[in-house]
Amino acid sequence: MAPTARPTVAQPLSPHLQIYRWTWTMAMSVFHRITGTALYGGTALVAIWLLALASGPVAYSYVAGFFGSIIGRLILFVYTWILMHHMLGGLRHFAWDFGIGFDREKRLAMSRLTLIGSVALTLVIWAVALLVR
Amino acid sequence: MAQEQIRQDTRVSIRTPRARVRGLGVAHHGVNHWWLQRITAVTNTVLMLAFVVIIANMAGRSYADAVHIVANPFVSIILILALLSVTLHMRIGMQVIIEDYVHAQATKIAAVFANNVYAVLVAVACLYAVLRIGFGQPA
Repeated sequence: MAPTARPTVAQPLSPHLQIYRWTWTMAMSVFHRITGTALYGGTALVAIWLLALASGPVAYSYVAGFFGSIIGRLILFVYTWILMHHMLGGLRHFAWDFGIGFDREKRLAMSRLTLIGSVALTLVIWAVALLVR
Repeated sequence: MAQEQIRQDTRVSIRTPRARVRGLGVAHHGVNHWWLQRITAVTNTVLMLAFVVIIANMAGRSYADAVHIVANPFVSIILILALLSVTLHMRIGMQVIIEDYVHAQATKIAAVFANNVYAVLVAVACLYAVLRIGFGQPA
């Protein structure tokens, strides 16, 4: 039997991100990648800080001066939040790796907890750091 | 015939039984990256919380005090473990992102290569600095 010619039709494409309604789980998934990328770049700041400390008092005074400035503190504050967010996001993924928390309510609760928890942890860390000083 | 028997039939599947038993897949690395990413995720949580405490303690201190804190063997070891755990984790994480979004072969290889260079550079720079401070040789 001769093969019948298949009609050529344009393949349907999956909708792109802008068509989806944003959901908590989706937003937190995107946030996890963005915060991971930010932390990736941020390790350069840690390297600069440690190298300055190893280089001597003059180099360290510049770096410590920068991180002590308004802009420097703002970077450290946002960096703390990004770190906490990525950490809680990772723990959420870890629960999923064990097959825990896949039903709708838990999914939503864990996603919300990632954002609320990261903000709360950041505020607690900075409050303790500033009060103990 | 059950799905499992079809998979094991070399007349149906080109994969040899030995290849299936080794379980290393087409990349020949199996689940190595997946597993290492989970292991370092766990160690990161503990080590980075310790890192935050160390940083918070150093803020606003003099150079001599800052060196004194990092030179403490306990602090030095935590910092070294943290930098190893973090650089391993971020190297795999960024490779996953690159492989998801960069599809042109040449660009992808260049990006993955650059990612490895960056991760090694950060790791060696931090390791060198911590060891130099720990062994008491800051310039």
